[in-house]
Amino acid sequence: MKIRKLLALSLVVLLVVGLMTGCGQKAQEPEESTPESQQQEPEEKRIKVGLVYDIGGRGDLSFNDSAYAGLKQAEQDFGLEVTDLEPSGGGEDREQLLRLLAEDGYDLIFGVGFMFTDHIAKVAEEFPDVKFGLIDGAVEDIDSSSNISCLLFKEHEGSFLVGAAAALRSESGKVGFIGGMKSPLIERFEYGYLAGAKYANPNIETFSDYVGTTGDAFKDPVKAKELALKQIKAGADVLYHASGASGIGMIEAATANEKLSIGVDSDQSLTATDEQKPFILTSMMKRVDNSVYETIKNFVEDKFEGGYRVFGLNDDGVGYAENEFNKDLISDIQPKLEELKDKVIKGEIEVPADKNEYEEFLKTLK
Amino acid sequence: MLVAELFASSLRMAVPILLTAIGAVYTERSGIVNIGLEGMMIVGSFWASVGAYFYGPIMGLIYAMMAGAFLALIHSVATVTFRVNQVVSGVALNILAYGSSRFLSLIIFNKATTSHHVSGFKTVDIPGLSEIAFLQPLMTDISPILIMALILVPVSKYIIDKTVFGLRLRSVGENPLAADTLGINVFAMRYAGVIISGMLAGAAGAYLTMEHTGMYVEGMTQGKGYIAMAAMIFGNWTPTGTLWASLLFGFAEALSLRAGEGSIIPYQFIKMIPYVLTLAVLTGIVKKSTPPAASGVPYDRSTG
Repeated sequence: MKIRKLLALSLVVLLVVGLMTGCGQKAQEPEESTPESQQQEPEEKRIKVGLVYDIGGRGDLSFNDSAYAGLKQAEQDFGLEVTDLEPSGGGEDREQLLRLLAEDGYDLIFGVGFMFTDHIAKVAEEFPDVKFGLIDGAVEDIDSSSNISCLLFKEHEGSFLVGAAAALRSESGKVGFIGGMKSPLIERFEYGYLAGAKYANPNIETFSDYVGTTGDAFKDPVKAKELALKQIKAGADVLYHASGASGIGMIEAATANEKLSIGVDSDQSLTATDEQKPFILTSMMKRVDNSVYETIKNFVEDKFEGGYRVFGLNDDGVGYAENEFNKDLISDIQPKLEELKDKVIKGEIEVPADKNEYEEFLKTLK
Repeated sequence: MLVAELFASSLRMAVPILLTAIGAVYTERSGIVNIGLEGMMIVGSFWASVGAYFYGPIMGLIYAMMAGAFLALIHSVATVTFRVNQVVSGVALNILAYGSSRFLSLIIFNKATTSHHVSGFKTVDIPGLSEIAFLQPLMTDISPILIMALILVPVSKYIIDKTVFGLRLRSVGENPLAADTLGINVFAMRYAGVIISGMLAGAAGAYLTMEHTGMYVEGMTQGKGYIAMAAMIFGNWTPTGTLWASLLFGFAEALSLRAGEGSIIPYQFIKMIPYVLTLAVLTGIVKKSTPPAASGVPYDRSTG
């Protein structure tokens, strides 16, 4: 009987440990870098910057990794103390993690992703002395005196360029788009892309599909791959995704069928496998890293401003990737892309960001 | 062509459900309910990436099955030996699987939610049949695990219906006391049933990681373990019934992916098809389901 109880108890302990490991880990980086940085500035109190990821987390090779890159760069340049946390699978503990960092005395805290919008608004009110950076989301009614800085991107402008690239490169005259969670944010990618494709080639046929309607859609590569296969069978030969970690499935499907894919947020050529690299046309770069870095820089220099900050083509907040792997694929269409980029920046082309604007846009093409 | 493609897609979506559901047949027939199948699939998908990344696809599959079997061992220790409530143990294991995968992923790959890229088995074409244009999508680029899953259906049917092992497995699931008085080791049979289910769920996870996406992504199982349990119930606790049920669920998924926007039905409803189907199947459509009599009931010699 005693042994039974002991065994049962140890089982319980095991399960509890399992539970705890499931709740957001601290990355180990801060500990590693502490000794060096402390030697550099022994007396000064170091600025503490925290960051909470979106669903998909670090390692999605796209959106979250880009935020991480910006944080790391800032850590190196300014000798900060940084912490990055990953929410639990469904992201239910976002708010707790933000509050945890705020209570822990962090000076500047980032929430990566539009799902943080309400949580940041709430936590920022409770901690007026702490500054917050919100990526992709817009908290309503704030101005420059607020402690929230909303970092927004004109994804549709960047998507417009890669859409044009897709249409110019497509041989079948059919291109596809795969979105993650169906939401206004992802629709900006979609309609920007479709508009770009139609602008470059009015006769192009386009497909678009979404993985799902919840946050889980950003980590379902199985479905994304099936959707990609469907589009490929229907004739698409260039595919673009805005679906976080799900996009891994799309790139896999495209590579297996020797079709081109376009990455999103980060330069996905750099993280692809060797077989995949020749089939990645380009990536729509959303410089989350720059936005994080710049916000931290402003904060360090005591120039932090609340309100809204929009990054577009004009300040290289979005764009398309060029690297050693896709040189041969895009070099001949690059002049055309640069021309389009100029037109968008000058306002000669209004890139649509939702369905209604897209329909208006199509009329102007005719 | 389009129809064949739809079936090929259904088949691909059905494989993880089928493998896990066949496993569920073994464990339920032995009298143990295994809600932890989802968790076993999760550890399978994770450990497949570890094995495949370091040692190649065969080790990936073996690692996945071993990881699933290990979790199943915990489940059987808890439920068979200690007679813990089977649902509680299974739910706990799902949480453990989730947490441990994330924890180990951080240690091994230094990222919490994805592994590195891994390569799967070489796909095969069915000789002869792959020449026929109409069947081409169904007969080319097939994953060996898919074939393994399909072969497993008649094999399992034979094992459960015709062999001594199968007879004993069924008897401990129907009436463990009677089986025990006849000298059948109830505990050993139940351990075997649960562990087989863990291995198959692990293999299903390996299929997702290695064959489907070439990478482990946290949460990639997307509740397929639960759908597998539904498929097993829909299939009336038999391997062949389970096959049809899995294909139906796979078909529903494939269909929901193909019914695009622009149709009359709102988008959100199309995405609901597989889940609504599960619900409908479980609540109403299955009339004549006969679960093993002792399924979910712990066996205690002193009380029978």
